[in-house]
Amino acid sequence: MYKGKVHKVGAHIDTDAIIPARFLVSTDTEVLGKSLMEGLEAGWVSRVSKGDIMVADENFGCGSSREHAPLAILGAGIPVVLAKNFARIFYRNGFNMGLILLELGDDIDKIDDGDELEIDAKAGVIKNLTKGIEIKTAPVPPFMQEILNQGGLVPYVKNRLASA
Amino acid sequence: MPRTMAEKILQKHTTDEVTGAGQIVSCKVSLVLANDITAPLAIKSFERMGAKEVFDKDKIALVCDHFTPNKDIDSAEQVKVVRDFAKKMGITHYYEGGNVGVEHALLPEIGLVGPYDVVIGADSHTCTYGGLGAFATGMGSTDIAGAMALGKTWFKVPPCIKVEFTGTLPKHVYAKDLILKLIGEIGVSGARYMALEFVGPVVDALSMEGRMTIANMAIEAGGKAGIFPVDAKTLEYTKQAGRNDTELLTPDEGAVYAREVTIDVSDLSPQIACPHLPDNVKPVEDVTDITIDQAVIGSCTNGRIEDLREAAAILKGKKANKNVRLIVLPATPAIWKQALKEGLIETFMEADAVVGPATCGPCLGGHMGILAGGERAVATTNRNFKGRMGSLESEVYLASPAVAAASAITGHLTHPKDI
Repeated sequence: MYKGKVHKVGAHIDTDAIIPARFLVSTDTEVLGKSLMEGLEAGWVSRVSKGDIMVADENFGCGSSREHAPLAILGAGIPVVLAKNFARIFYRNGFNMGLILLELGDDIDKIDDGDELEIDAKAGVIKNLTKGIEIKTAPVPPFMQEILNQGGLVPYVKNRLASA
Repeated sequence: MPRTMAEKILQKHTTDEVTGAGQIVSCKVSLVLANDITAPLAIKSFERMGAKEVFDKDKIALVCDHFTPNKDIDSAEQVKVVRDFAKKMGITHYYEGGNVGVEHALLPEIGLVGPYDVVIGADSHTCTYGGLGAFATGMGSTDIAGAMALGKTWFKVPPCIKVEFTGTLPKHVYAKDLILKLIGEIGVSGARYMALEFVGPVVDALSMEGRMTIANMAIEAGGKAGIFPVDAKTLEYTKQAGRNDTELLTPDEGAVYAREVTIDVSDLSPQIACPHLPDNVKPVEDVTDITIDQAVIGSCTNGRIEDLREAAAILKGKKANKNVRLIVLPATPAIWKQALKEGLIETFMEADAVVGPATCGPCLGGHMGILAGGERAVATTNRNFKGRMGSLESEVYLASPAVAAASAITGHLTHPKDI
């Protein structure tokens, strides 16, 4: 269960906006987290508190394959991103890194910047505490759930190598 | 069951029966790629996975092309991690220094990728190899690490969009204009989670370089892959690169497509993707009032010899406008040498261009041509996201090498016919 304040961003937020190339000289999650969204707006991350939730419109994470993008989000203390929908590589990377991503379609419009949300990711239920409404999403695909259940792709492959 | 090209290629690499879009299949990979930005994270994940050795030291390519020649101490440290890992694992295909080229230009040139391959790379433009009839797609570093250890990965079989270009390409209109036009039509998320399959007489007439330019930008429409048929031209190209591919590949008659798009190119103008998304596309005639401070010719999209020839033909005997910094980066050492031999380098130097090494450089705002606030660039690269080439207050316009060269001469976006 996750509970936090919403930071809303727009459509087609690309990986250069999430973490610009000049910060890609580190692979450290904490270091990357300090520069989150620096390509959207300088100092954006300063308003984020640990446990806050990012909410985006369509095609969030389009562009580069850089895994530094989900790492930077996690590094800033954001455990969940909700979006109308996600770009493909980012979606896969998010699950691999243990960042929870939920696609809400048009229901995304029922969430505004600053709202308080309570999220049950497993059940796919989002409570908008500010607006007093509940939003349901499609469950995580079984194959992705299996990776999440094992704690991400690193332990998943580790287990497979051990049993080989 | 009639199949798309994506389905046919995936079937060659899996023991599962490929039944159609949406199915998840486990495939053996032909090649696994990472670069100086993404390999360090992949190596970190590889070690955390407890992997001791790579699945095949000949089937991994590590190409240090983004920040090299290293732009600062941090990037030098990153490359050192990659170099040390390559040595430790005995990886055959490690490229740096005078051997390195922009990865997606380099690998096809040396025959490391080709038809019916399944290639995954920790770089979103890995889809370039679809120009050769491969199923090639970008992934993150940890997926790449998993594949480096296991030699396989999983895919969701993508729904496909069939793209047919018809008519005859007008003078001064190139592959870059075709892909920009398509992205303008379907949008930056128009092919999200899907593969683009290109067919038709225009595609058949394109060079291999042109096909790779188009496949390269499939990701800019959100695509998982951009795939071309394998024809005699493909086989000739891969033979030159030292491979023994012999089989032709086309989609089956009656294959199921999620969408079909037909574009008649006969009246097409050179296309420009305006800031700040690759689908904000306009014909060059509509934007000739845009002045530019920099022109960049290079990258995995348009840094090949054919691109340099097109740019040089426009620049021959002329000078770049005094207000424009013209930067030319041949994409690989072989292209550099060929350009030197053909006198293209001299043409660029005579036009007051800065001719640099084979590097991704300014394409991703890495180095060698960063924009200041308020500046505008025309570039043959593939992305024009806000701040992509430098300051958040700068702008990037994407165009063909011919338009970039013509614009460098006049100082504003220019149709090559006006030079």
